[in-house]
Amino acid sequence: MREVYLDHAATTPVHPEVAEVVHAHLVDAYGNPSSLHRFGRRARSAVEQARERVARALAAEPEEIVFTSGGTEADNLAIRGVARRAGSGHIITSQIEHHAVLHTCEALETEGFAVTYLPVDAQGRVKPEDVAAAIREDTILVSIMAANNEVGTIEPLAAIGAICRRRGVLLHSDAVQAFGQLPLDVGALNVDLMSISAHKVYGPKGIGALYVRRGIRLTPLMYGGGHERRRRPGTENVPGIVGLGMATEIALRELPDRPQAMAAVRDQLIRGIGETIPDVVLNGDPVDRLPNNVNFCFRYVEGESILLALDSKGIAASSGSACTSGALEPSHVLVAMGLPHDLAQGSVRFSVGRGTTAGDIDYVLGVLGPAIDRLRKMSPLYAERAGGGPRAGGTSLEG
Amino acid sequence: MVEASAYTDKVMEHFFNPRNVGEIEDPDGVGRVGNPVCGDVMKMEIKVKDGRIADIKFMTFGCGAAIATSSIVTEMVKGKTLEEAMAVDNRQVASALGGLPPAKLHCSNLAADALHKAIEDYRSRAKPAG
Repeated sequence: MREVYLDHAATTPVHPEVAEVVHAHLVDAYGNPSSLHRFGRRARSAVEQARERVARALAAEPEEIVFTSGGTEADNLAIRGVARRAGSGHIITSQIEHHAVLHTCEALETEGFAVTYLPVDAQGRVKPEDVAAAIREDTILVSIMAANNEVGTIEPLAAIGAICRRRGVLLHSDAVQAFGQLPLDVGALNVDLMSISAHKVYGPKGIGALYVRRGIRLTPLMYGGGHERRRRPGTENVPGIVGLGMATEIALRELPDRPQAMAAVRDQLIRGIGETIPDVVLNGDPVDRLPNNVNFCFRYVEGESILLALDSKGIAASSGSACTSGALEPSHVLVAMGLPHDLAQGSVRFSVGRGTTAGDIDYVLGVLGPAIDRLRKMSPLYAERAGGGPRAGGTSLEG
Repeated sequence: MVEASAYTDKVMEHFFNPRNVGEIEDPDGVGRVGNPVCGDVMKMEIKVKDGRIADIKFMTFGCGAAIATSSIVTEMVKGKTLEEAMAVDNRQVASALGGLPPAKLHCSNLAADALHKAIEDYRSRAKPAG
């Protein structure tokens, strides 16, 4: 059966060039970077080369890069690290952050920190003026993502960075989704801490990094050896680190063209859905959105049933809602954007990748319309919808 | 198909080939449970003849489990007496499907409730008319 993977925002296949260097550092250059001998020196040099590559991609200095086990650890290290160093204070974040940020902030609330969760507009954008208004005398950190993982909206990070710099407050950004898709310059953005992950950019899972602006002191999450300038103990994950370095190098090399090519495929899907399926709503900002992200609500049907129908035809996508104990929880992002719960239950995210073709999109469109139609014919909400007859499309795609 | 689905083959089979979908013209009883905010709405309509469920149809908004449970319950009770149908509970529906993932046992397993409501609706209509 034809298979079309449209879940690149969840994870990506490892690029063959990346797999090659990972393999080489598993079996050949296997030394411990802390060792004095040549085996160790080889590994050390590979790690430092990767650090330079990641630093260059963010317009940072190599010593400002701390390798972590991934985006979640980078978020934890940034937020907990700043908070514990400060001892007490106030943190500002948004309601649409990844759970790695939200749940870390919630945990800090139980430790006595105050947290403000800023609302977003209907497109999922944090308003810079809301950040400015929320800053208090005891604010120690602002954490706002560079782009949202579910709806793809790009946040006004530069404007938020300028405010934070002016007010003397540290700014962290979870850039896990934006990295490799948007140019990121920590100096121009005035970002002090930035989280990235390898497996979203065709690198291996289990490796990421935190950019930490020079001079910022963090209390580490773990204690052990003096690795990563005492910010992250433990023998370096050398194969992962070189994999991240190579994935970064490829992403940087392709940054001038690849995102535009992906955006063309993305727009083909957005247009196609809008033209062939009535009663749909495009979630997220129609313009300021990640080049890989398509997120729609399909009225009168539920997300998981759409995913099952797509999966049976070899198409992989994802849904924001999740069955938890006892209730189906709609996506916290869509709810924060003001979507009614029933509409939010019918959301599906398609995230295209470097290998997605126009033919793939045609195939998806050929499957999706009939699948939605079949589910709607089963849906009492569709039968009872206002007017009863077929209706024109929902929110205009331009809107 | 993916090898290890959270759902049994029987759930998938009912999801892709649901039995008795639709509405009955002039039903004798209608039962509706759930609400769209929770992600599941099920509607059962029955036609009763000689104390038995002569026909039954469902309409469901919800996940794979919600659709599959609705489908199988119609199969389980069609032709049965109202008493027999009232005795079918959500747990039996889940086991008829070979089980459901734990998270689906509550919110998406309401098909028997919808059926019971339809029977109760039929009985409440029948009484005043004598």
